[in-house]
Amino acid sequence: MLENLRRVGIYVAVRGFLLFFTVVVAIWLVILIANMGGVMDKIIESQIREQVGLMFLNPDLQQLPEAMRRELYDRQVEILRRQYGLDRPFYERAARYLLNGITLNFGMAEKLTSDTGSKQVRLILVERLPHTLLLWGTGQLLLFFASVFFALILSRRYGSLADRLVVALAPTSAPPAWFYGILLILVFASLLKVLPYGGFVDAPPPPTRLGYVLSVLKHMILPVLAVFVNAIFASIYNWRTFFLIYSSEDYVELARAKGLPGRTLERRYILRPTLPPIVTNFTMSMIAVWMGGIITETVFSWPGLGRRLYEAIGQNDTPVIVGANVIYGYLLAISVFFLDILYAVLDPRVRVGAAGGQRL
Amino acid sequence: MNLWARLKELRRYPSAVIGLVVVGLLVLMSIYALIRYPYSEAIRLWRAGELTWIENPRNAAPFWYNWFGADLPTTVKVGPEQARVVLEENLGGGTRRRVLLLSFDYPWRKGFPQELALFYEGTFTRTPPQAVLTWRTPDGREIPLGTQTLRGSGRYLISGDSVVAKRVGTEPRVGLFRDPWGGADGEGKARALPGRYELWVDLYLFEPESTVSLKLVVYGQLHGWAGTDHLRRDITIALLWGGPIAIAFGMSAALILTFWYLTISAIGAWFGGWVDALIDRLTELRMILPTLPILIMVGMFWSRSIWLILAVIILLGLIGGSKGYRAMYLQARSFPYIEAARAYGAGSMRIILRYLVPRFLPLVIPAFVSAIPSYVFLEASLAILGLGDPLLPTWGKVIQDAYSRGALFLGYYYWILIPGALLLITGMGFAFVGFALDRIFNPRLRSL
Repeated sequence: MLENLRRVGIYVAVRGFLLFFTVVVAIWLVILIANMGGVMDKIIESQIREQVGLMFLNPDLQQLPEAMRRELYDRQVEILRRQYGLDRPFYERAARYLLNGITLNFGMAEKLTSDTGSKQVRLILVERLPHTLLLWGTGQLLLFFASVFFALILSRRYGSLADRLVVALAPTSAPPAWFYGILLILVFASLLKVLPYGGFVDAPPPPTRLGYVLSVLKHMILPVLAVFVNAIFASIYNWRTFFLIYSSEDYVELARAKGLPGRTLERRYILRPTLPPIVTNFTMSMIAVWMGGIITETVFSWPGLGRRLYEAIGQNDTPVIVGANVIYGYLLAISVFFLDILYAVLDPRVRVGAAGGQRL
Repeated sequence: MNLWARLKELRRYPSAVIGLVVVGLLVLMSIYALIRYPYSEAIRLWRAGELTWIENPRNAAPFWYNWFGADLPTTVKVGPEQARVVLEENLGGGTRRRVLLLSFDYPWRKGFPQELALFYEGTFTRTPPQAVLTWRTPDGREIPLGTQTLRGSGRYLISGDSVVAKRVGTEPRVGLFRDPWGGADGEGKARALPGRYELWVDLYLFEPESTVSLKLVVYGQLHGWAGTDHLRRDITIALLWGGPIAIAFGMSAALILTFWYLTISAIGAWFGGWVDALIDRLTELRMILPTLPILIMVGMFWSRSIWLILAVIILLGLIGGSKGYRAMYLQARSFPYIEAARAYGAGSMRIILRYLVPRFLPLVIPAFVSAIPSYVFLEASLAILGLGDPLLPTWGKVIQDAYSRGALFLGYYYWILIPGALLLITGMGFAFVGFALDRIFNPRLRSL
């Protein structure tokens, strides 16, 4: 038992380290891309100028003659430039930016402000996170349970009409979720006028708590449906194929021959060994949904992280764009990390130490 | 393993046949687009601005709406060659009077034109020609449209003339075409009077060298196969050109990356040790890199050129290999023919490139075909975010144009649905083929 725990612990620690390394590389890539156009330096430069400019609003300094003020301004900017390391070579600055990125220290936004009025990039981004998590968490869980549920049913009725239908419909997941989102908006908002075009809650928000929750739920229907419709058939197809492959294994045949009831067979002999690959697949689909969420949120005007990134693009707000990239990097790594822990708990091979870290 | 025989098996899958037909049609469409509108011509037309397209209606639906009982007008143009000179007389002192008749048939009952304009092009040195315009409906009513001074070349927007509007009691585009005995006020209820309409132009040329040529454009509500957008551009051009771009984009990304994964995974599996570990870690890194945000940054900070974006997609894809292929190669390493190759002294690279990769090439065909639509949609995704190529028209950019101009709110559904359908058909076509190929080439799925 203790030995098991130790192995799981080591596995999780190794994975955690690798994922952190991945985040660092991702942030470094972000910095590299941003700095190819000198963008990061420009952000800092403009922040310095703004800071110094604010200093010169001081009435005492206003009294000084123009030339002297200019000189003072330039000297002050130079001091701050040195302080921020803008006079240092690129690799040194890159290291500093990297550290700032890892600690989520993105400085001030240029144009956007958070709903609470702050200009701190971190706040601007983090306040949107709950909305994003709510929407895609709901969508993913719904999708996951629905597809596993239907896949189990279908694997029992291999070759039936429903089964063949799902196989035929599996390629419907080729277009991304936002694409279905636009079609759903067209049908349910524009033509039928039964659901809102987008947004988070009615305007003005309903006064009662229940009314508020219901309104949010109403706004969630279409985006969740978009993700659902997009992925459901391919997802059922995948699980079904997994289950079919595993249910033709010898030990399943043996259990069946022993006369075990169908439910027990499914739960213990088919579902159990397929869980680790299911988790792996779930990880991959979650990554896809996080990424696709940027556009799906935009299409539905859902006030999440993706929508904020879109706003930042529209307003050319560089610090926010860079910050959103880093947050997405973290978001991906953290979700993968949690699923890795789950994987370690589920996969006995991790516990017994054989093929540790080797994933399907 | 006979590749051709395997491919022939595709015939057994109806969905694959449909997919192949779709892909074939797409290729034909692309070839047509390339011939009909060469690259530079397509860009020129798409970026031309409103003047090139001034004779097209704005936000017009496709003409096949009429096949479904819409009965809406298409654009009617009466050019100088169709104008009939009814009278030509010399008034003395260098002044000439010319009476022109521009007539056209208007067969639609339910819809009114979107706009009505008279284009003129003339020359004069000091005194510009004058035109007295009279509108004559099929039932013989005459509506004076007033007098216009034709300075050089320009456009007299009859439908925007408030004096005419006052005279006919409603918008000129409705009032000039309305059936006085049919239906109540307002479009939808009011009926147009079908028949031959005439525009009489009483032209006075005050200088002997003065010339004038006239063109009447009755803007319809329908235009072309795909309608027009907010800048009066014919969307058909963008849709035609979206095809080759989508194919080129999806194919090149899928092709390069599939080959790369096949090769790099073989290298990893063959050498093993730290090489394998490094490639495997890189693979994991790639899988959780936030690709789309990174592409967004590239679009924001560098350039939105579709070819640069393609290059970055490929570069990001080059990080690491593929877990699935690696597992295949690990098994293949101990196959007898590899042993034999080693025995005759083949080098590592020779074994990888001549024995390992070709052996698995057929197996990755399904993955290659299935990967194409994902890149096509990736481009469309970037376009939706406003990061589409600034020059080239793509399907995603048309959708983005439509979406940002509120096509869904205003009911211009064709503007989104046609490019959307093209994307969908393309994506599904490749996906169908890829799916069937997967079942043919992947023995584990064969019986399922």
